[in-house]
Amino acid sequence: MDKQDLINAAQSLQEQAQALAAKAELLSANLTAMDPTGLASAAEAATQTPFLHLFTAFVLACVVGYYVVWSVTPALHSPLMGVTNAISSVIIVGALIAAGPTDASLSKIFGFIAVVLASVNIFGGFVVTNRMLSMFKKKQR
Amino acid sequence: MEWAGYAYLVAAVCFILALRGLSHPETARNGNRFGIVGMAIAILTTLAMPNVLSYEWIILGIVVGGAIGTFIARKIEMTALPQLVAAFHSLVGLAAVFVAAAAFYAPEEYNIGTAGQIAIGSLIEMGLGTAIGAVTFTGSLVAFGKLQGIVGSKPLSFVGQHPLNAGLGILLVALIIALCVTQAPWIFWAIVLVAFALGFLLILPIGGADMPVVVSMLNSYSGWAAAGIGFTLANTALIVTGALVGASGAILSYIMCKGMNRSIFNVILGGFGGEVAGASGDGGDDDRPVKSGGPEDAAYMMKNSDSVIIVPGYGMAVAQAQHTLREMADLLKAEGVTVRYAIHPVAGRMPGHMNVLLAEADVPYDEVMELEEINGDFSSTDVAFVIGANDVTNPAAKTDKASPIYGMPILDVENAGQVLFLKRSMASGYAGVQNELFFRDNTTMLFGDAKQMVEKIVKSLKG
Repeated sequence: MDKQDLINAAQSLQEQAQALAAKAELLSANLTAMDPTGLASAAEAATQTPFLHLFTAFVLACVVGYYVVWSVTPALHSPLMGVTNAISSVIIVGALIAAGPTDASLSKIFGFIAVVLASVNIFGGFVVTNRMLSMFKKKQR
Repeated sequence: MEWAGYAYLVAAVCFILALRGLSHPETARNGNRFGIVGMAIAILTTLAMPNVLSYEWIILGIVVGGAIGTFIARKIEMTALPQLVAAFHSLVGLAAVFVAAAAFYAPEEYNIGTAGQIAIGSLIEMGLGTAIGAVTFTGSLVAFGKLQGIVGSKPLSFVGQHPLNAGLGILLVALIIALCVTQAPWIFWAIVLVAFALGFLLILPIGGADMPVVVSMLNSYSGWAAAGIGFTLANTALIVTGALVGASGAILSYIMCKGMNRSIFNVILGGFGGEVAGASGDGGDDDRPVKSGGPEDAAYMMKNSDSVIIVPGYGMAVAQAQHTLREMADLLKAEGVTVRYAIHPVAGRMPGHMNVLLAEADVPYDEVMELEEINGDFSSTDVAFVIGANDVTNPAAKTDKASPIYGMPILDVENAGQVLFLKRSMASGYAGVQNELFFRDNTTMLFGDAKQMVEKIVKSLKG
């Protein structure tokens, strides 16, 4: 396989992953819509079919990641670590939900700490990656 | 909240594009912008959720954290990049632990049941996310300490180390099962503590030169931890991103292991440098004569050649010699010499470390070659200038089956017309093996600090 093949494969996989994830999203939305009483326990909703959809997204993302990362040029492996470090801090979404409620609670404190930690990483990660990338220059001729 | 799902999906796609951009230096900065956009979408979407109501603390947290992160990232020296990345990994790990704790104490907020009545599936995901996050936290802290020189970088091993780690691993699994059954808070915290201990003990025995593997591996862990929490939160952005980061770190670890011809298990189970420490003694005592030269000899030799390949290693980074080195290369180029750089996959303390340092010194990236690209060219090169590298040029990796580095891909500097080795002393490299090249007729040793020596060569080239 040459480089272009890999890139094409990665792109088509990426599209498939998007389509599937969108489908998963729709399906889980329908599932809640079909529950007119709203009484189906949250526990069930979290463990039944949606898990398969989430798992599908996970596996497909692993495959996409595999192809995308192999196409990264070795010279940029340090910036790759910088950027993956920054984006893995998207875990902040979980922290925001915990820090969101108005009344004080243990979980809100945990959420706040996690927001601070993840923010250090998000800003630090993107800034340092940008610094690295701005150094890579072509030969001037 | 259907729209939120779509928004998270857009964020996830932005993250894929961010990694995709890194396939070439030209497109890389655009890629980074995609990453920032994706992150902004993910954060704003979450803030717009109906159950996120109090913004004061959130904004305070983002401002404080953001300011700290930006400040550190702007100030950090490029040579200290590996420890910065390790420190950042530890934060992701710790954040994962705190998010899991928040979800454990307030499951209603995440729709996974009520306290004490959390869905089993969510508990498994939460337990795994917590354990991996906690291992990442302490593991990265140790890696940071080793890279920063706070903890000795020598591999440490003690009796019963492997059974102890295995025992802790089994204990973790048992605790996660117990968490699912009892939902007791103390078990949750026990998981955190045991995983902290495991992360610490796993990384402590690993030596300094194995850090490229360790840093990549921890990168991977931080991704899996994020994905684990993503399952608990049923959030696609988090799952997809976690998987991307996990895959990325795993591939980097694989590339680094291949660069050393070692298996990942071999690195983790450790003791590489330790086992051969005895062998390094006889290497150092070797009293065969070597030809040593001064900066004038080196300057003369390179000035009168047609082509020079520079092989930088960690020693160059330690001495901060990259800027002076580029100056030397510029002077040589002015004399009509072709100058290129050859980078071994595991040169430095993290993947791609040398490339960043050379880029920092304004070396154009198209003069910097990877091992496979340039290895065939050494035979048609007049001078190989090895600065602060040793093991990655050792021909014993090809010929000596007994050598601990046997099978490791090396840069074939031995094929060049003349070889210049800039080293502080005759001491053997990290692997503790003697390099036959030092004793060859066409090798000249330049003893001294990398930066001072290159400065002298520059002076000599000018004069």
